[in-house]
Amino acid sequence: MNNPYLPSPMRIEGIVTETEDRNIKTFSLSFLDRGNEAVFKYIPGQFAELSVLGKGEAPFGIASSPTQKGIIEFTVNKIGLLTTALHNMEPGETVGIRGPLGNGYPLTTLQDKNVVIIGGGFGFSTLRALTTFLLDKSNRNSFNNITVIYGARSPGLLLYKDELREWEKRADLQLYVTVDKGDKDWEGRVGFIPAITKEIAPRADNAYVLVCGPPAMIRFTLPVIEELGFPPERTLLSLEMRMKCGLGKCGRCNIGSKYVCRDGPVFTLAELNRLPREY
Amino acid sequence: MKTKIIRKQDMTGLLNNLIQEYEVFAPVKRDDLVIFDRIGSDKDVSLEYTNSIKPPKEILFPQSETLFTCGSIGDAASIEVPVSEERPRLLFGIRPCDARSFLLLDKVFNEENHRDVYYLSRRNDMMVIAIGCIKPRATCFCTSVGGGPFSSQGSDLLLVDIGDDYIIQVITDKGSRLVEKVGVADAGENKLALMKMVIQEAELSMSPQIKTDGLKEKLDSAFDDPIWGSLTEKCLSCGICTYLCPSCYCFDIIDEVTDSKGERIRIWDSCQFPLFTLQASGSNPRPTNKERHRQRVMHKFSYCVDNYGQVSCVGCGRCVIECPVNLDIRQVLTTISNR
Ligand SMILES: Cc1cc2nc3c(=O)[nH]c(=O)nc-3n(C[C@H](O)[C@H](O)[C@H](O)COP(=O)(O)OP(=O)(O)OC[C@H]3O[C@@H](n4cnc5c(N)ncnc54)[C@H](O)[C@@H]3O)c2cc1C
Ligand code: SF4
Ligand code: FES
Repeated sequence: MNNPYLPSPMRIEGIVTETEDRNIKTFSLSFLDRGNEAVFKYIPGQFAELSVLGKGEAPFGIASSPTQKGIIEFTVNKIGLLTTALHNMEPGETVGIRGPLGNGYPLTTLQDKNVVIIGGGFGFSTLRALTTFLLDKSNRNSFNNITVIYGARSPGLLLYKDELREWEKRADLQLYVTVDKGDKDWEGRVGFIPAITKEIAPRADNAYVLVCGPPAMIRFTLPVIEELGFPPERTLLSLEMRMKCGLGKCGRCNIGSKYVCRDGPVFTLAELNRLPREY
Repeated sequence: MKTKIIRKQDMTGLLNNLIQEYEVFAPVKRDDLVIFDRIGSDKDVSLEYTNSIKPPKEILFPQSETLFTCGSIGDAASIEVPVSEERPRLLFGIRPCDARSFLLLDKVFNEENHRDVYYLSRRNDMMVIAIGCIKPRATCFCTSVGGGPFSSQGSDLLLVDIGDDYIIQVITDKGSRLVEKVGVADAGENKLALMKMVIQEAELSMSPQIKTDGLKEKLDSAFDDPIWGSLTEKCLSCGICTYLCPSCYCFDIIDEVTDSKGERIRIWDSCQFPLFTLQASGSNPRPTNKERHRQRVMHKFSYCVDNYGQVSCVGCGRCVIECPVNLDIRQVLTTISNR
């Protein structure tokens, strides 16, 4: 019988320090046992439990897209015990992985639709995975217009800078990058995500909007989305709760009778409206 | 249903027989407490008890257990899972409420997509011989939650104390094979009539203690009711109600390191603790005992109904007896259903 608590070993292939404050790093991992790669079948929006043996385990959204072969990426914000242990590791060392977990973004539902992606903070990581997936040659024709609105508190806190530059150049993607507060070198947009979203005003017809970010950003962005005419059934949110097992057993991540780890982390706003407000 | 009979004094032989084949766990007296423990001979067993303070769930789901070890810190390639060479387990003399709790735990730990190998390794060949309750306690409310002092759900055999003998109700094929093997007599008409009387008397001594019809709907619509605040104000968040609950199963997973060897451990946890849901970002969806206690009640009487088709309370009354501030779940439920 397959043991859902056992992590598989992965080798750290590369580490990118994303932010000026050095608190967010992206780890590229590959399975020590190549056979595990075929077993670890994931879609954007899913997450996994990363282990540093002896330190513990924590959930992280998968930041890479399944179209990128050979590696799986995670973007990790240093905040406590495990994330600090991860940050102290070097390429060549091993970590454990358990997953993929959760439902992920509803890719078939998004087919032939306009897709509006709104992300802030490290919550952008799984939306980055989704964007990479949608833009892949083999997938791009299956989706209509793609709009990405991404914000950080300051230019130094923007993630995936090289990728953003590549995306800027593409004609098949509308990318809007914004910061809450600029600096002397910043020539881009300045403004909070809700305000920028209102200004850009992505059209709601035949469109789905996907939002992930800090709670305050979500709280102020949702009314804007509603005003733009996106119904709750076509508004998707990816949630974060304290998690341990990731399997719907340990009992801590529920909202009403839904477990965010097992039934989520992606929910439509319509689904959330039917649940108690306890998140 | 097949019924067998055994004289009380012959129980000794039966138990010693079972000990040859199974790891037998039974109620034993330790000082003034009755606990469920592994027994080496029939002499340890004490069937004269109402119920244990701690439920027998730890026989299936220990308070703390090693999920795996690793050779050195950070070395994810050196993982080893402990293997148990133990014989199948037999739980002897547990109460019908506790036997029912295993059916609830099964739903959680034997879910199709994520089977819990640790739980199932103990559960799969386990045999349950329960004993009906001729003297239910005032705090027992099994009859309000689908059980009863002689409920056979979750048991392979159910014993009924009729004075000088035990009637053995044969509930499952597994139980049947066991009684055939050890060879016990069929119960005669007179003894069965006596059994019916004993059962009836015990059942009549219990009154319904919570209104369960429409309870889930009531709870769902009362989620935002401010009454939760005053109902749960005196709760100390000590977690005793969850630790002693036979159907609570929340756990934490932690790593421990000794002599540079790492161990991943699963331990019981409680929804009553503030840190249970504290997120790394600092936000906490259940910051006070109001939300936490509401979670406990909602989980048992609403969420489990959605997820597993039944309430996850067997009415053993342990939380009622042991709560240091007498927060009585029966009163909480009654108050909500009267709103
Ligand atoms: C589905 C999902 C996806 C996620 N994706 C990502 C992602 O892509 N990237 C990312 O960086 N994060 C992500 N997270 C968050 C991530 O899981 C947490 O940041 C991580 O669990 C923190 O682990 P830690 O061991 O480093 O922190 P911990 O050591 O657990 O502590 C974190 C914080 O909590 C406080 N704390 C801990 N224990 C206590 C205590 N006993 N008392 C008081 N305070 C305490 C600490 O002071 C610290 O500030 C995700 C979470 C979920 C649920
Ligand atoms: S036993 Fe009583 S005081 Fe302790 S957590 Fe439960 S309800 Fe609160
Ligand atoms: S993380 Fe354990 S139930 Fe969701």
